Amino acid sequence: MLLAITIWIITLISVILFAGRVWWFPESASAHGAQLDIQFVVTLVVTGFIFVLAQVALGYFIVRYRERPGHKATYSHGNDKMEIIWTTATTVLFYAMVLLGFQVWIDMYIQAAPEGALQIEVTGQQFAWNIRYPGPDGQFGATVPELIDDSGGNPLGLDPDDPAGEDDIVIPTMAVPVNRPIELLLRSKDVTHSFSVRELRVKQDTLPGMVIPLRFTATKLGKYEIACAELCGLGHHRMRSFIDVFSEEDYAEWLREQSEF
Amino acid sequence: MAEAAPATHAVHHEAPTSFIRKYVFSTDHKVIGIQYYFLALFSVIVGMVLSIFIRFNLVWPGTELPLLETFFPVGAPGGVMTPEFYLSFLTMHGTIMVFFVLTTAPQGGFGNYFLPIQIGADDMAFPILNMLSFWLTLLALMVLMAAFFVTGGPPISGWTAYPPLSALGEIAGPGLGMGQNLWIISIAIFCIAALLGALNFIATTIDLRTKGMTLMRMPLTVWSWFVTAILGLLAFGVLLSAGVLLLMDRMAGSSFFIPGGLVVSDQLIDHKGGSPLLWQHLFWFFGHPEVYIAILPGMGVASQILSTFARKPIFGYKAMVYAMFAIGILGFMVWGHHMFMSGMSPYTAILFATITTAIAVPSAIKTFNWLGTIMGGSIRLTTAMLYALGFVSLFVTGGLGGLFLNQPSTDIFLHDTYFVVGHFHLIMGVAAIFGMFGGSYFWFPKMFGRHLNEFWGKVHFWITFVGVYAIFMPMHFLGMEGQPRRYPELTGFDFLEPLMPLHQFITVAAFITIAAQALFLANLFWSLFRGKKAEMNPWDCTTLEWGIPSPPPHDNFAGKLPVVYRGAYEYSVPGESEDFTMQTAPEKTEG
Repeated sequence: MLLAITIWIITLISVILFAGRVWWFPESASAHGAQLDIQFVVTLVVTGFIFVLAQVALGYFIVRYRERPGHKATYSHGNDKMEIIWTTATTVLFYAMVLLGFQVWIDMYIQAAPEGALQIEVTGQQFAWNIRYPGPDGQFGATVPELIDDSGGNPLGLDPDDPAGEDDIVIPTMAVPVNRPIELLLRSKDVTHSFSVRELRVKQDTLPGMVIPLRFTATKLGKYEIACAELCGLGHHRMRSFIDVFSEEDYAEWLREQSEF
Repeated sequence: MAEAAPATHAVHHEAPTSFIRKYVFSTDHKVIGIQYYFLALFSVIVGMVLSIFIRFNLVWPGTELPLLETFFPVGAPGGVMTPEFYLSFLTMHGTIMVFFVLTTAPQGGFGNYFLPIQIGADDMAFPILNMLSFWLTLLALMVLMAAFFVTGGPPISGWTAYPPLSALGEIAGPGLGMGQNLWIISIAIFCIAALLGALNFIATTIDLRTKGMTLMRMPLTVWSWFVTAILGLLAFGVLLSAGVLLLMDRMAGSSFFIPGGLVVSDQLIDHKGGSPLLWQHLFWFFGHPEVYIAILPGMGVASQILSTFARKPIFGYKAMVYAMFAIGILGFMVWGHHMFMSGMSPYTAILFATITTAIAVPSAIKTFNWLGTIMGGSIRLTTAMLYALGFVSLFVTGGLGGLFLNQPSTDIFLHDTYFVVGHFHLIMGVAAIFGMFGGSYFWFPKMFGRHLNEFWGKVHFWITFVGVYAIFMPMHFLGMEGQPRRYPELTGFDFLEPLMPLHQFITVAAFITIAAQALFLANLFWSLFRGKKAEMNPWDCTTLEWGIPSPPPHDNFAGKLPVVYRGAYEYSVPGESEDFTMQTAPEKTEG
């Protein structure tokens, strides 16, 4: 009896905390974010339904079928019909939910970046982010690992012989214009890191030896924290930077200041 | 050697007389099972102590713990844990728990002890191999523990040891020199031990079943150990190879996992051509089946206990067997769902997510059938039964959390957050451990001839059951707030600081729950010597181990193997005088 009540109370508290949004995502600030949040809520409703159903039934059976005088267990090896019904029901329910959710993923990862997407390169290293803008020519200059020199001010190893790199801007923080498609090119100098911004609903490992594209469109002005989400060593927890989402004018102004500096 | 003569398994083995052969280098599966059990018990204590320090440091950073400095003057100067030492503890906690507790206790411990008895065999198919697997496992544990005492301490790369971090040596961080080498060697030895064990379990189940023990009469525990062994045989070989490759990258100058042009701390690394993704594929090809290696035996034990104490046959026995196989097979095709954010092709994410969803179906079948088993029963709430019911509750909760993570879209936000930590602790940690606790209270009388104390067992259950929900449910909320895993501190990010009260709640809940485990330990050691004497069949159970004395003699059946006439869960059969019918009870001649 006590066990049934405990299970029900735990179920009730869980439902209240989830449904009451006591702890919840920060407000979404990207185009795909709203859709992703809806998928989370759909999943929460489906799993929540099964969660409550299973836990309530478990508690109910514990009470209803407890050992007591005059009560005997029934002799049964199961029921194939019921077995087939609930197998089919869960299959349909789960697959409907999962297939529905693929749309966000396809939009974000499989669709090519739209024409005119702004390219920004992000290079992770122990324990900092290097953000590179291509400058007015729209071209990133070549980099050479041998030329990397953190203390000498060339953290990416920009090749001085490549004219495309002359106007490249390398800074530790990022800014993007609002409502413009962005394509980040993620790289790493040393170990695996992961670029994540909660409000933008983005997270992507940066893998040494690979350039991984990450596409999003920021829809809300603001300043957000960039965190590393993949264990990268003793400074993993302080690998922090910022991303500013500016209006087009503010962004242009900001970019000009960076290149003059 | 008697075990070399396959046709004559009913030979009565003489028990060894010397202490060493009887209790230390024993080939008796029961002694080996107990050895595994105590190895896991020691490991779980170490793992829990590590988690105490982890939780403590997270919520009260900078507090001086003089005791810590005494043992680890480098890792905790002034008694304050450094971030790298936190990561070392985290790595060791994960490694010890996954390998030396969750893999060892349910399979090596209970499986070794009860699989031969439950199928009516006098020992494992290869007793000497069995002994070897245990001693290799112990060696692996000792090598791992040695990492605490070498320069740099244990590795900081997590139990997943992702390269290049784990491949580059000391330059990438403390503990990544000697500590990481020892970690790899330990895991490699463990893999060999697990392979030998798996081979033995499979051969035993196939070859040594007694007369009448057809496959579909086997207890679900035997099925679960059998499927687990098949998974182990296929998975540990891959991890072993991956470990050897990683060790070669570190020591022999190869570049399996290290790409060219890496610059660490302004120093160019002399490797080229490797791929860090390769490790992730190999690791998770092992790592995902490993989850089922941990939880399947728990499912078996829960089924056994639920049926016994509901006094009812298993609901849908065959469906349960097929579901276990489905989980096992599908378990090998879903490793990529750990890698949605890794940079592998986004198309494969869709494939892996689709197959992963399929696993939810047999898991749901199991849950419904457990409910079906107790429905219409006459439930006896023994401590073992409480744990089995708790297992079902936790399995549902933990399993449903997986549905958020197997979708690449929602995983974008939740990947590598505390949502994942909460999810896997519930399902492969706590649910599996509830299976072991259930098994302990259920089988202790058979193993040691004495009962564990039921009253203290129930107290232990109540604190643990409420405690684990209080610890791991809130972790899901931390994940929804975006809290990343493996952060030694919460300072430094504006969005993390408001989460401190929730973290403190978790830490307090963890301390209370861990303290309650002392009740179990005390109960265990007290009952070993002072517990209530157990009869042959105290639970009125049907399977073969309850038809022999408690504890069983050296060769289990005293030279006379039993003959089996019926399925494993014949409870409350109409017309029978008792509400249980042993598997050895001869068939009546009516139709």
